[in-house]
Formats: sequence, structure tokens, C-alpha cells
Amino acid sequence: MSAVQSIDYLAIAAPLVVALVALAVLVLDSFLPPRRRHVSGWLAVAGLVAASGSLVPLVGERRATFCVPGDGVVLPACSYAVDDLTLAFQALVLAGAVVVVLLSLDTVRDSAIPAGEYFFLLLASVSGALALAASRDLLTLVVSLEVVSLPAFALVGLRRHDSRSSEAALKLFLVSVVSTAVMLFGLSLVYGVTGQVHLDRIATALDDPSLREPVLVLGVTLALAGFGFKVAAVPFHFWAPDTYEGAPVPVAAYLSVVSKAAGFVGLALLLTRGFAPYADVWAPAVAVVAAVTMTVGNLAALRQRHAVRLLAWSSVAQSGYMLVPLGAATVGDVDAVLPALIAYVVAYGVMNLGAFSVVTLVGRHRAANRIEDYRALGRTEPLSAFALAFSLACLAGLPPGLLGLFAKVVVFKAPIDNGAGWLVAVMAVNVVIGLYYYLAWAATMYARPAEEARPPAYRISWSDGLAIGITLGAALLLSVVPDTILRFD
Amino acid sequence: MSDLLLPLLLALPLAGALLLLVAPPHLGERLAARFGTVVATATFAVSVWAASASPGTDVQWVPSLGLRFHLGVDGISAPLVLLTAGLTALCIAYLLRVRPEAGNLRALVGLLLLLEVGLLGTFVALDLLLFFVFFEVVLVPMWFVIAQWGDDSVPGGRRRAANLFILYTLLGSVVMLLGMLLVGTQAGTFDMVELAARQGADMSRSVQVVAFLVLGLGFAVKTPMWPLHSWLPDAHTAAPTVGSVLLAGVLLKMGTYGFVRIALPIVPEGAEVVAPYLGALAVVGIVYGSLACLAQRDIKRLVAFSSIGHMGFVLLGISTLTPVGVNGALYANIAHGLITGLLFFLVGAIKDRHHTASLDLLGGGLYERMPRLGALLAFAAVASLGLPGLAGFWGEMLVLLGAFDPAPGLPRGYYLLLMALGGLGIVLTTTYFVMLLRRVAQGTSFQAWRDAVLLRDAGRHELLVWAPVVVLVVALGLWPGWLLEASDPVVRMLLGGAS
Repeated sequence: MSAVQSIDYLAIAAPLVVALVALAVLVLDSFLPPRRRHVSGWLAVAGLVAASGSLVPLVGERRATFCVPGDGVVLPACSYAVDDLTLAFQALVLAGAVVVVLLSLDTVRDSAIPAGEYFFLLLASVSGALALAASRDLLTLVVSLEVVSLPAFALVGLRRHDSRSSEAALKLFLVSVVSTAVMLFGLSLVYGVTGQVHLDRIATALDDPSLREPVLVLGVTLALAGFGFKVAAVPFHFWAPDTYEGAPVPVAAYLSVVSKAAGFVGLALLLTRGFAPYADVWAPAVAVVAAVTMTVGNLAALRQRHAVRLLAWSSVAQSGYMLVPLGAATVGDVDAVLPALIAYVVAYGVMNLGAFSVVTLVGRHRAANRIEDYRALGRTEPLSAFALAFSLACLAGLPPGLLGLFAKVVVFKAPIDNGAGWLVAVMAVNVVIGLYYYLAWAATMYARPAEEARPPAYRISWSDGLAIGITLGAALLLSVVPDTILRFD
Repeated sequence: MSDLLLPLLLALPLAGALLLLVAPPHLGERLAARFGTVVATATFAVSVWAASASPGTDVQWVPSLGLRFHLGVDGISAPLVLLTAGLTALCIAYLLRVRPEAGNLRALVGLLLLLEVGLLGTFVALDLLLFFVFFEVVLVPMWFVIAQWGDDSVPGGRRRAANLFILYTLLGSVVMLLGMLLVGTQAGTFDMVELAARQGADMSRSVQVVAFLVLGLGFAVKTPMWPLHSWLPDAHTAAPTVGSVLLAGVLLKMGTYGFVRIALPIVPEGAEVVAPYLGALAVVGIVYGSLACLAQRDIKRLVAFSSIGHMGFVLLGISTLTPVGVNGALYANIAHGLITGLLFFLVGAIKDRHHTASLDLLGGGLYERMPRLGALLAFAAVASLGLPGLAGFWGEMLVLLGAFDPAPGLPRGYYLLLMALGGLGIVLTTTYFVMLLRRVAQGTSFQAWRDAVLLRDAGRHELLVWAPVVVLVVALGLWPGWLLEASDPVVRMLLGGAS
């Protein structure tokens, strides 16, 4: 066995490019005069676009690298693999990151955040998310997850003179550390019993009925905790509203879409690739978490008056919907739920970023960012108001938001196919609750202005305009041809 | 060409709606109603063409979900398509002269056209998921129509009425979606034509019962069936005139149409099990709606409650599972759409003129004050109570006839009881309409109304808008075969008999 492995550089190009550009941004920033700070932002966009380009040749292929050979007893296994699931998430992460960077350009300038550090941290976190989607062993999974999380703490706390920002960062940090510790404990139990770190080897080992010990059940359940935090599932959701509110709005967008997508892909990989034989253990647990998460998220969102907090709770609720397919998995046919999960996560990414883009824009002019600040936005900013209203309709899953509607149909289908009727019923009620607050918000934008004085129209910088345009365009396009994101299998 | 006819039917109002909704405010306001009238009239022309040519369209839309863009028109959807396109055109034409009191006209016309897209789509969809999509399209425009242009005469205000409407119906339709997915996964297709042809062949009895219940729940909320009706009175009362007309005239029909088009043929065994309960709830609705009408003090609310009674008849007809009963139900459906549409136009006109809909404040003397409006109200009222010779008669008579001789598997004696109670409902309906005329139309006017200079009788524009409805109510009363011949073969096919 050769000690030197051959590395498939094309397969790892995406995270590699992003990581290198991250370093480049950090170094370059030190040499830039203050007036030219926005250059680092555009460099970040270029890096992300280049990384997206590197995904193109991989479409339709299955590649793996960092492999160890089999020895007759165990199969060969790889730590890093690129397949349809990986590509779908990597594409989502990159596209989401581009929108977040575009939204950040003005935020970084206006709130005196050090541009170099900001974009470095953002890209570092993105590279972790990209690697996470491709990781196929426990160690890569955990390390990638931490690479996503650690820069995020700093990003949230980067507004140094704002005490809410620091508090938000601290909260995020504490919850993250606790949940990671719990997850590591769970994973170490799994490793202890199976002696394997590669997901497919773990699956093979777990398939042995004689190995079915309570300690493994415990290990599998605890391992869910780390990802439960990442996707803000109840009871690991407490950080989300405060952190989203305290962080710069684009960072909240990042946490709610890119970092959450990373959490979901990690969860999906761990459960469907590694713990597939234990679907009868984790699926009911995930189903319960899904039901509680969507209910808590929706009920709390009903009472919010602050735009970002409302989106925070709504994204907790949406996490609940996204967990539904995993909660409906059955032993022996675990992969069947993946298309629904991918479809909903991608759809959610598009519509939630759409909402966050407009919320960022409004936040630049109305720092309080209350729902009331959106009153009559439809009169002064018809296009932005339409973009937000459309995103909200998608999140609610009601026409004209066909993207969200189809995503919900797909998610509904999974438990119906597998006979988890109660989960479907809970979700049905939740869709109705959700509609209420999305609709109330949308209606505010088209209500008559409170006082007759016409509120001034906003000056929309073209980076903001581009972000809103990209997300709205994607949402409209996917509403008409939803098959693009629905046909993964 | 006939492939494109139905897409055109949907694209026309959609394009009109989008144009109106994106047009710059200062530009659109003055021309909105005229433009809308042109678009809606053109849509009506296309719908007439479509109804006579019975075209079909079937293309792939979302293959991974099995969703096809499958549209078609036949004997039971054509009358509803015509009703929708016709009433929408009349509603928008009505707005040419009669402006809503507040809010901008351009958006209202745009939303009405958007509403029309959803309604027409629901009636021509032949794919379960597509039906669901169109079913949902209706919700948001109607919510805005009630919440923005409604009035606050109901407890909690128009916003609460609008919310009640949308949350109630959304809950119903989400549950309905579950039923559709259940049917789809069991049968392996969402195609309504194929599913109807199979008559539930590949679904077990218990699956069919569950599917009928969840599908039926969605339709029942929309219809609405007692005890799921509580969204209706507030929504109808708070909505602006054109909103009430479309709500009562067309929206409610989506529910009953769904029963006939989807629930009966696709899960027939489920229908057989649930039908007696459906019949019972229908009759409760008939009697409850009529009794509630007797107690109303608001003229608009009274008409709203009368809808619950009339839709009860439609449901009773459906629950007999016989061609006679279902034909009667579909007939009553159309008749109710026309007559209640007219009634809402009339009470809307009365309310706009007097700025109140309270029976106590209105007092009597409508014949004296506004003879034309009074006469039309009397006409609509007697049509609604089912006077022979007018449209309201045939549907309810056929329904009772169907209940007299229900489908073989159903308990006959029980249906005879339902029939008798339905008959009682007709008596009560007569009572409240006569009482309404007695209180509002007859007698002498209050002094305040006599002094009011601005209380004009129905003008030429209003009469022109209402005339087509009046003519149709008479025509359908005199020549019922016109509709029944169209619907009968389709009904027999859907019920699984030889066509």
C-alpha cells in the first residue's frame, strides 16, 4: 500500500478554489487603500463563480478521492466523493454564497466592518460547507462542520461596537460547542462499536443484527444533536432568533440558507449513508423533531414584529418541513427520501434568500426593520415589494409561489408513501399557520400608507439590485420549470 | 388550434391581470375598468368557443411529480366555465360605473382577472395536482379583494373575515391535497380521466373511504357544508359587491364540482360509505341555513346564509349517487350561481345607495322608492326560492327526486326522510324570502330615505349588466333540457354507468 495517495484535483476543486481565494482576499486586503476595499468583495464573487465553474465538468459523474483500499475483509472506502447529491448542495451553497456576498458589499461599507476579514471568514465557512457535502467519513464530516461553524461565530460578532452583535456571537458559540460535544460523544460511541469511520463501512457494520446494541442506538441519536443545532431544529433552535437579529442581515441570510443547507446535507449523509440500517431508530426520532420544530417555529413566528426575527422563526419552521422526508425514511429504502429533501432545501434556499435580500435592502434605510416599516412598500418600491411578496408566497407554498407549492407537495408525498399519516396531518396544520404570518406581512406592503406623506423611494445600489434580481429570477424560473430541482434521484 | 384554445382561455385573463398589476399607478387607474372589460369579454368569447368545440390539451409539466398540464371541457365543466367567464365579465363591466368606495380600481380589476384564471383553471383541469394548483390560485386574490376593498360591517372587521376565509379554505385544500397524493400513490397516476375510468379499481375499500373523507373535507369547506361553513357569512358580508358575486356565484361551485368530478368517480366505494353522512349534513345545512336566514338583520348576511341552504341541496343531490340527483345538483349549482350572483348585485346596489345593509335601518318601501331595483329583488327572491318556470326550480326538484330513489346501495327509507327535510327547507326558504320582500320592498319608506336626494333607482348601466343574468334565469327555467342534455352523459360516465 502506497503511502502517497493520488488526489483527484477536479473533484476537490470547488472547496479548494474557495479556500485559496479566501486566503487571497485576506492578504490582498492588507495592501488595498481604504477606498478600494470593495475590491475584496468582488474578488470573493469571482472566486465563487470560478468554483461553480469547476462543478460543471463533474455533472453526471461519480468521482471519489482520498480512498483507502479494501483488504478482503472490508471494502475499499473513500473519504471524499462527488455525486448528484453533493453537486446539488455544492451548487446551492455557491449560488447562495454569491448572493450573500453581493448583499454584504454595502453592509461592509456602511457598518465599518473590516472587509478583508469579513470576506475571508465568509469564504472559509463556504469552503467548509462545500467539503461537507462531499465528505464520506465521520472525521471529514465533523471537521467540515466545524469549518462551517467557526468562522460563522466571528462573522456574527464582527460588528465590534455593537453589544447585540457580541451577544449573538456568544450565544451561537455556546450552543454550537455544546451540540458539537454531544455529537462527538455519539459518534465516538458509533466508532467504538463498529471500529469504522467511513460511512459506507459503518453502514455495512450496522447491518449486522448481532451488533444491535443499546449503546449504538444512543450513539446514533446523540449524533443527530450536532446537526440539529446546525439546522436550528427544536430543541437546538434557541440561538437562531437572537443570533439572526444581532448579526448583520447578510450574515443572518448566510446562516439561514448556506450554513443550514450544509447542516442538512451532513445530516442526510450521516443518516442515509452511514446509519441507513438504523432507519427504524432515527426516522421516528427525526419525525418527532420535525413535527415539534415546525410547530414551535410557526407559533413563535406568529407573534413577531421584527422582520429578521420573523424570518428566523420561519426558517426554524421550514427546517421542520425539510426534516419531514428524513422522518419518513424506512429501512431498506432510505435513499428514496433524498430527492424530496434536496428539492425542498434548494427551493427553501432560493425563496429565503429572496426574502432576505429585500429585508437587507429595507434594513439599510430602516434600521429597526420592523414589519411596520414595510407598510406601503408596494407603492414606492414596486419591484422589491413584489420580490419579497413572491418569496413569502413561495415560503407559504401558495400560488403564485409555485416553487414553494411544488416543494411542499414533494415533501408531503414522502410520508404519505410511507404511511406516516400523523406527520402529514401536523404539517398540514402548520402550512395553514405559516400562511397567516407570511400573508400578513405581504399584505402590509400593499396596504395604504399610515400617513399621507409619501415615503421616499430607496436608492438601490446595483449589488443589492443584482442580489434581488438573481433570487427573484431563480424563484420565478423554478416556479415555471420546477422539474429542474425535483428530479434528483 | 383546439390544442391552444384552453391555454388561451387561461392566458388571456392572466396576461390582463399581470398588465394591470404592473402598470404604473397613474397610467392604469382611468383605463383599468375599460381594459378589464375588454379582456374579460374576450375571455368570455373564448369560453363560448371552447364550450362548443370541447378542445383538450395534454402536455408534460413536472414529470418528476407526474403532473401534466392536462385540460379539457365537457358537459359538466362547460356550464361552469361559461358561468365563470360570464359573471367575471359582468362584474368588471359593473365596475365601469360603480366604483368601490376606497382603494384603487386598477388593482381590483387585476385581482378579479387573476381570480378568473384560478376559477377557469379549476374547472378545466384534468390532472389532480393541476386542479389543486388552480384551486389554490383563487385564495390570495380573493383574500386581497375582501381585505382591501371590503367593509368593516362584520364583527372583527374585513381583515378578520378575509383571514377566516383563507385559513379555513387553505386548511381544507391542504387536506384535500393529502387525499390527492394518497390517490396518486395508490393508483400510480394523477390523471383524472384515467382515474375516473378505473372507478377506483386498484384501491382497497378502506383506502377509498379515507381518500373520500380527506378529499371531501377540502371540497366541503369550499362548498361550504354545515358545520364547516362558518367562514362564509363574514366573507360574503364583508366583501365588496363584485367580490360577493364571484364568491357566491362561482367560488362555492369549486367544492361541489370537485365532489362530482373527483370524489365520486375516483373513489366510488368510499363515496358509497360516506354518502349517507354527507346527505345528513347537507340536510342539516339546508334547514340550518334557512333558519339562520329567518334570524338575520343584515340583508347581505341573509343572502349569504341562503347560500348555505342552497348548497345543501347541491350536496344532497350529490349524496344520492344517482344520475338524477347529481344532474339536479349540477343544475342547482348553475342556477344558484346565477340567482345568488344577481341577489348579491342587487343587495350590493341597495347597500351602496343607503350606506347600510341593516334591515332595521333600511325599512320598507323599496318598490315605492326604487321600483326597478325592487322589482328585480322580488324576481331574484322568487327565483331563489324555486318558483317553477325559473332556474331555481329544476335543480332542487331533481335533487329531491334523486333522494326519493337513491342509488341501490343506499338506505331508501333514510333518504326519504332526508327528502322530507329538504322539502321543509324549501318551505322555510320561501318563508324568509317572502319575509325579506315584506320588510324591505313593501310598505312605505322612512322619511330619511324620502328626503335623500341621491337615492336613485337602478340606472341604465346597472340594468344592462344585470339583464343577461335575468334572461338566463328565465331561459334555464323554461328550457332545463338545455343544460341537462349536456351534463347527463358525463354524469352517467362518471358514476360508472353506460354513457
